[in-house]
Amino acid sequence: MANYSTNEFKSGLKVMLDGEPCSILENEFVKPGKGQAFNRVRMRNLKTGRVWERTFKSGESLEGADVMDYSLEYSYTDGEFFYFMDPDSFEQHAAEISSVGDTQKWLKEQEKYDVTLYNGSPISVTAPNFIELEIIETDPGLKGDTAQGGSKPATLTTGAVVRVPLFISQGEIVRVDTRSGEYVSRASRS
Amino acid sequence: MSSWQPGATREVLEARARLLADIRQFFADRAVLEVETPLLCQAGVTDPALEPLCVDVKAGDSRYLQTSPEYAMKRLLAAGSGDIFQISKAFRADELGRRHNPEYTLLEWYRLGFDHHELLREVAELLSQLLRINSWEVWPWHALFENILSINPDQVTEGELAQCASSALGQPLPELDRNGVLDLLMSHVIEPAIACRGMVFIVDYPASQAALARCFERDGQSLGARFECYVDGIELANGYWEAGDNRELRHRFEADNGIRRQRGQQERPVDERFLAAMAAGLPDCAGVALGVDRVLMCQRGLDDLDSTLAFSWSRA
Repeated sequence: MANYSTNEFKSGLKVMLDGEPCSILENEFVKPGKGQAFNRVRMRNLKTGRVWERTFKSGESLEGADVMDYSLEYSYTDGEFFYFMDPDSFEQHAAEISSVGDTQKWLKEQEKYDVTLYNGSPISVTAPNFIELEIIETDPGLKGDTAQGGSKPATLTTGAVVRVPLFISQGEIVRVDTRSGEYVSRASRS
Repeated sequence: MSSWQPGATREVLEARARLLADIRQFFADRAVLEVETPLLCQAGVTDPALEPLCVDVKAGDSRYLQTSPEYAMKRLLAAGSGDIFQISKAFRADELGRRHNPEYTLLEWYRLGFDHHELLREVAELLSQLLRINSWEVWPWHALFENILSINPDQVTEGELAQCASSALGQPLPELDRNGVLDLLMSHVIEPAIACRGMVFIVDYPASQAALARCFERDGQSLGARFECYVDGIELANGYWEAGDNRELRHRFEADNGIRRQRGQQERPVDERFLAAMAAGLPDCAGVALGVDRVLMCQRGLDDLDSTLAFSWSRA
């Protein structure tokens, strides 16, 4: 991989730091009146999601990370790995539970996910912002309570539990915001 | 394709024009002569922390865009110009960020018979008028380190200093020499800590950071007669009680080139015309350089230089 100097660091650039692939979030140039110039860099460790702050001497460089983002279709899990497929090449990628993380509860077959590959292996999986899922279990709906007030837990096909309005019943499809885990609306069965 | 629009609003452009007029009036009132010196010179500075932009004039002849008009102005002083000021563009390669633009506007002036404390007061008067601030603090460099970091920077070992810096930052340090760690502490800890104190002058730097200031002894310590001015934690000006001994200056320039060799930076030719002028005799004086764009930033409460400039580096 190429090396990148501090003056090439910009948001989104993928570099290696302490042996871990990172994505640069922010890069601030600081220099006292006379003397050494520095770059204060904030970056996200792509494996752990943790944000690191690190100061470099201006002109220092880091090795680029072999990291690419792909849009892949979720296929299935064998209990150990989660399999994603490139819809163009039909190539399969096996992701470990640790790289799927919390996204596991939003995994729906044939849905497309943003999968980050590091040296060819998935290190993170991000769900689409909105996803439509069927309710497999919730308390019976209350007639006449269609507009306001109250909510109840509902379990979706993926195992995720979201709070839905009281009028929603089992078997219905709902649209959910995967970032907040909140119910958005009813969705029609397509 | 990025936008063709300017970064500064019409209102800020008016404020800039007014600021330049106010500065000229300030010096007219004090009978300080406005001068112009070349931007493209045959020599640049040796300072390892400054990289000039070079311009190929023709094959085999390149010139340096000036990182400040200091050397040319000191040649005028040696030639008997008397008190002088200049508002000019200055250029520094690779200095790009919220508070840095590789091309920027510098106000530089020299006062005969002043020491750095007298010049510091004049800087404070000018900035008080421009920024409507009516008080300021003066901190010896050593006292600021003791006050904010609880260390005596002269007595700590290199290891203790690095330890202090790495715990203040909560991260491993890049490889730095002693001055480098001091610079790191200054920019990462001290500057943010003085951001709430309005106008702050830091004076009496360690001799190793004297740059072109004369050095003097106090309580067995060798200090540089230098000051820096900060407003809200933003560095606005750097001033010296000027060192005029040409042999001493040549020695410092050669030491700079030694550091450049060590760090793998390109060595820079020493400005012989400047040294010849110093040999002829620099009158006793103090001088200061002040970043005009940053003053405008402070005056308008803006967050970055881009909004003070018609067209900053990325728009130019």
